[in-house]
Order: sequence, then structure tokens, then C-alpha cells
Amino acid sequence: MPVRDLKARTGNEAMAEAMRQINPDVVAAYPITPATEIVQIFSGFCADGLVDTEFVAVESEHSAMSACIGASAAGARVMTGTSSQGLSLMAEMLYIAAGLRCPLVLAEVNRALSAPINIHCDHSDTMSVRDAGWIQIFSENAQEAYDNLIQAVRIAEHPDVLLPVMVTTDGFIISHGLEAVQLLPDAEVKSFVGRYQPKYSLLDTDHPITVGSLDFTDYYFEHRRQVAEAMDKARSVILELGEEFARRFGRSYGFFEGYRLDDAVIAIVVLGSTAGTARVAVDALRNQGIKAGLLKLRVFRPFPARELAAALSNLQAIAVMDRSDTLAGTGGPLFHEVRSALYDLGSRPRVVNQIYGLGGRDITVEDIQEVYMSLHRLAAEKESLPPVQYLGVRE
Amino acid sequence: MSSAQGWRDLTVGGIIPTPGTARSYETGDWRNVRPLHSKEKCINCLICWLYCPDAAIVVKDGKVLGIDYAHCKGCGICARECPDKVHAIEMVNEAEWEEMKDNKE
Repeated sequence: MPVRDLKARTGNEAMAEAMRQINPDVVAAYPITPATEIVQIFSGFCADGLVDTEFVAVESEHSAMSACIGASAAGARVMTGTSSQGLSLMAEMLYIAAGLRCPLVLAEVNRALSAPINIHCDHSDTMSVRDAGWIQIFSENAQEAYDNLIQAVRIAEHPDVLLPVMVTTDGFIISHGLEAVQLLPDAEVKSFVGRYQPKYSLLDTDHPITVGSLDFTDYYFEHRRQVAEAMDKARSVILELGEEFARRFGRSYGFFEGYRLDDAVIAIVVLGSTAGTARVAVDALRNQGIKAGLLKLRVFRPFPARELAAALSNLQAIAVMDRSDTLAGTGGPLFHEVRSALYDLGSRPRVVNQIYGLGGRDITVEDIQEVYMSLHRLAAEKESLPPVQYLGVRE
Repeated sequence: MSSAQGWRDLTVGGIIPTPGTARSYETGDWRNVRPLHSKEKCINCLICWLYCPDAAIVVKDGKVLGIDYAHCKGCGICARECPDKVHAIEMVNEAEWEEMKDNKE
């Protein structure tokens, strides 16, 4: 791509730019580091008349998500942004947004949860709401954050899905890191996202509806089953839209991306920006003749278990890198799910867990190389490894 | 449960696409105190009708005809809001009312 098409943007700027081009009907948001800039920049677009959006300044994230749900039930295309404690404060309403099948889109910046108070990146915030019924898409860099946010609108609003989507970036690493990003022309984004045609609207007074009615023992289970079905149907929608995006704009997206994985003997599985660091480590190991590979997971919800198992089935040893911990004594959430996905394989690779980077602790190429070297020794049966290790913590 | 709709047939997210369905959901059997309305004492100020949270005060041509017992939950707001000098609604325990009814019969 010609260099002149590239713009210097931080992850937050890229997400705000995507929001401007999507031009949602309503944005209700409350500021929180490191996501503040997304809605701050966007509120500037509102003040400057660059978008048609009704911007609702609220008194908390709980109110932000509540206002988003109300606007969505009214038939509006709705977006918001938050991070960490803000997402935690939204938690009650996140479940309601999914249960009421509101196709909201949330720009989420991953940040550690208190205590101790910390403003830097880990994935504890979004992992804590992984069962809320939201589609969760992770981004490696600002370009992916921009592209994912644009696709998220279509995924959420697809009639087979109608579920909220959160697109995440790694706090500060992506949100505040300046990168070269290819922004699409406004008209292209407008044409890609199209118009939202809600089936029901609270504002359609000729056809009054009830939203949020009470289910007793007689109907609740059936409505939750519907959410599970919608999440399952989101799989094909995510893949189809990823292909359409590639056809139109040249960048392809699936559930995950492999790097030198096809002939690999050992591999690591990562989410987010660590994939970029890991690629350098993979290249260094390949130069030493070690068949290292990488799998970067993009879609965490729905969890692409079958596809992951197929992609990882021929490996001898895998390390799953978790930037959060379940604190269950059994490793991180990504580890749980990846290892579970591999259980039904006839012959399973060895799978270990590395919990790393909590509270923004830096992860280096050397750290990741050392993980690969331990896998190399494990695969050669020269060394055994504990199932869960903490990488980079001071003993 | 077996006669109810399966999850594939229900509206998405539990949306109720038709208005006025509360009429077909009878909440009267939740009640354990019963409002008894006296047409003799009633001055038809309609304060009870205004306050009733379940639209269970039956009114026609500006006059209170009585209580919709199929939907009245027995909250007693009507009796509380009825002006003190009028006192046209009395709350009676359902069990006592059953006895009153049996004695009349």
C-alpha cells in the first residue's frame, strides 16, 4: 500500500475515527483511563457537527450502558467506550444488553482491575464479563482496532445475531501507541456498515412493544437458550463479514491468525498486542532451526473451539499466554478454554499456561523466546513443566 | 410447561410485540386483602382510579363501577387514597371475606 495512504494514529484515535465514520445515532459514555480519549475525541466530532450523533454525557458507566440499552431498544444504532473499572461498573447492564438482544458496539481498552489500583494493560476486565453474552474481539494493533470496530457494527446488527460486541485494544500499548494506520474513505465505511433496520422500536408508537418483561420459571430458560444460539450463529456471520471486508478493503479477518504455524512443532497462543512481539521471537527461533509457530486469537466470544483444535492438532507442545488469571489455581481463562478445546482430539499436544503481563508488566522478545525454549525441551521430553507458570513475576 | 412455546418460536429477547397483553395475565390470585367498594359512600372523585397501579378500578361514564378482581393485587393504595371523609373502600382479609360470603349464603 502506498505510504501516502497511511496516517499516524493512536489506537484511541483510530477507534474514534471509526466511530465518526460509522456515525451512530447515540453515544452515551463516561470517561476512564486509558479509554477516555475515544469518547473525548468523538464528543469533539459531535460538537463540530461532523456526526449526527446524540451524545449523552452520563454520571457513571452503569448509566452509560443503561442509556445505550434504552437508545438501542428505541431502534438507534448505539456505541460507547470504556475500560477496566468502568466495564466492571457496567457489568449488570452488560448482561441486560445481551439478554435484550441490543446490538450495541463498545470500544473497550483492556486495563487491569483494582486492587491494587493500576491503569495499565491486562485482560482481567473483559475476561471478567466473558459470560455476559457479548461477542468479544481482540485487536493486535491500531489498524485491527479500526477494522474490527467497523466490522463489529455489522456483526452485532445481523438479524441472526443481534448481540452486543466489544472490540478491545491493549491499554496504552495500543490505545496510546502511535502507529501507521490505513483509514478508509468515509463513503466506503458508510457503504459497508449500511443503515440499521431494527425489527422493533420503542419509538414506533403505531406498533407498541414491551421490552424487558419478566420471565419466571416458565420462559427464562428459553430466552437464555436463544442467546446461546445467537452466539453460535455469530460464528458464520463473523467469518462472512471478515471475507467481505477482505474483498473490499484488502485486509482479511477470521477467528484467529496463524504465523509460521503450518509446519510448526511448538507454538504459543496469544491475544492482542503480544502477538507482534511473539512474531519477532518466532523468526529468531526459526533462524536457529527451531520450528516455532504462533496462533493469535482474534475472537474470544464466541469461542472457536473446533477450528482452534484443528489448527493446533499437529503440534507437540503449546504454551497458552494469559494476560489475566482466574485465581482458581488452575491457570488463566484462555488456557482453560484452549485446553478444553483440545480434549476431544485423538492425540493431544502438551499444553501449558504462562500467565504474564499483569498490570502492564512488560513482555519482551527474550521472555517469549524463553517460553519457546521451554516448549522445545518439553517436546523433546528433556524437561517437564508445571501446568501453570507466572512469567516475569519477581520471586 | 409442555404446552408453552419452545425457544425457537419465542420473540427475540422476550420482546412482546402486541400491546395490552397484561389483560390476559390475571394477577388477582396474588391478593390476600380485598378492597370492597361502596357505591353508596363513593363520590366518584376517581382518585382511586388515578392511583391504582394495576388499572383495576372499573370506571364508566365518570363513575366507579367496582374493582376488577381478576387483576387487583390487593395493595390497598385505593383505600389509602380514598378521602378520609368518604372512606368508600374497605380492605378486608380474603379469608375473612370468604367467611362473610359464606355467612351471607
